[in-house]
Amino acid sequence: MNAFVQLDLTPLLIGVLAAIACALPGNFLLLRRQALIGDAISHVVLPGIVVAFLVTGTITTWPMMLGAGGAAIVAVVLIEAVRRLGRIEPGAAMGVVFTAMFAAGVLLLEQTDTSGVHIDVEHALYGSLESLIWLSADGWGSLLDPVALAGLPPELPRMAAAAALIALLTGVFWRPLKLSTFDEGFAATLGLPVAAISLGLVVAAAVAAVAAFDAVGSIIVIAMFICPPAAARLMTNRLERQVAWSVAFATLSAVLGYVLAGWGPLWLGGTHAVSAAGMIATVSGVILALACLLGPHRARVGAAREA
Amino acid sequence: MPSAEVRLAAEDGRAMRPAAPVDSPFAVQETTVSYGGKPVVFNVDFVAPPNSMVAIVGPNGAGKSSLLKAALGIVPSVSGRVTVFGEPLAKARRRIAYVPQRASVDWDFPTRVIDVVLMGMYRELGLLKLVRRAHREHATACLARVGMADFADRQIGQLSGGQQQRVFLARALAQGADLYLLDEPFAGVDAATEKAIIDVLKSLKAERKTVIAVHHDLATVADYFDHVLLVNVRKIADGPVATTFTGENLQATYGGRLATAHIDQLKLASA
Repeated sequence: MNAFVQLDLTPLLIGVLAAIACALPGNFLLLRRQALIGDAISHVVLPGIVVAFLVTGTITTWPMMLGAGGAAIVAVVLIEAVRRLGRIEPGAAMGVVFTAMFAAGVLLLEQTDTSGVHIDVEHALYGSLESLIWLSADGWGSLLDPVALAGLPPELPRMAAAAALIALLTGVFWRPLKLSTFDEGFAATLGLPVAAISLGLVVAAAVAAVAAFDAVGSIIVIAMFICPPAAARLMTNRLERQVAWSVAFATLSAVLGYVLAGWGPLWLGGTHAVSAAGMIATVSGVILALACLLGPHRARVGAAREA
Repeated sequence: MPSAEVRLAAEDGRAMRPAAPVDSPFAVQETTVSYGGKPVVFNVDFVAPPNSMVAIVGPNGAGKSSLLKAALGIVPSVSGRVTVFGEPLAKARRRIAYVPQRASVDWDFPTRVIDVVLMGMYRELGLLKLVRRAHREHATACLARVGMADFADRQIGQLSGGQQQRVFLARALAQGADLYLLDEPFAGVDAATEKAIIDVLKSLKAERKTVIAVHHDLATVADYFDHVLLVNVRKIADGPVATTFTGENLQATYGGRLATAHIDQLKLASA
């Protein structure tokens, strides 16, 4: 049991918190038909983080946040420029810009010496969830021991803060978010700042993406923005319950994915664990597939509409 | 003897800005809307008389909806001034109810009929106030007024088009406004819904409210409305239906797009 606290508790918690932090804004992005934005953000943060590292030489929170934020702004400007100059639709412009920026980030990584810190292409994709262990712990009692708590991997409080902030904002701004997601024009006539709400949602998604990116890599981020909310939509016809389902699915994906990655191959007679991030994303995809097949509201309500 | 401001304006050679009419529930002045390039609404002035029912009429693409949306600040206007009950829009929002086009939202959105109506009470509920029984009863009463009380717990996508339109009207009623702005409220609805909606609108007029609707069915203008605003990018004419809804004005509004035979069948004002 001590080994569990030392080796598995923190990665598990970080995985769950990252999944929830991404799934919460993902619900609204999905309903606004902006699910791709989560995908785009998780890609464009890479060059931003690499540049921030090159400039400051550290991978502490604030330079990374600023780098990622800067990259997001560059991306938005580029998307708008490509859309206007190339006269192509926004989705295509977004696709071009975020893949190009991610590729640039990969090149930048390869050309620079980042061997001193664990920032490399593989890490960017899969993160390093398994390495976020709590060495100073020697059992459950360590949760109450200030000395042991000081040895927690910094990703845990960072991810916890991001998840708590996003949960709080989602709760406080629930009504304006729901209203402007359903009917932006009507929300505007009430005097709600619809443009600011829309921007705030994207910023919240960016905060989740940047916080999670460092700990768990972009694969989980992309999967968690879309899979749990999409599966949750098929379970219920009420937004309140959809968000609750999405949190449950995100948690389930993280826990089940982590366990399967660590022990699954051994159960099957293999010798090596597989990537936890990859397995978590896979589990979320399987949950979505099951919801598509079995979810009570999979038939979509349009089918019941009168002629 | 012209006032100082008038003389100044005349000397400058700039257009005169008439003072905002204080007693009108809804007035737009020199409103121009453009989505990049050609304006879709150009320099429209319109003053709605108090307690009137106004139809905004014009061909497709004439800027009827854009005029309404720009007046409400949903889309940006290039120029123009909006006055609601003598006050600028920002100060008068709580006196306005708005019914957008039904097709402007995704009806697969995961929410119930009653929740949509409660959205109309956002000003009262704010960010965090709990929805209490009184709120719910008010929302249900608004649904009952459009004949939809039995559908309160339905998911909105399970409704027919006409029922969805009635839910939108119920949400506007829940706003408890004095001015009702509706964008194509009769578009694609069944006859029963059309009757239900016009009954509610007429009851609003009886309550001394003002109703302004973008309307596309020329055949019902005279039956449903007492005032008409004819637009085709520019304002063609406005005034009481009895004097303004003439064949001549309609020809000017629709250009060659309206067959003379069709005009002959309409209940028109005797020109």
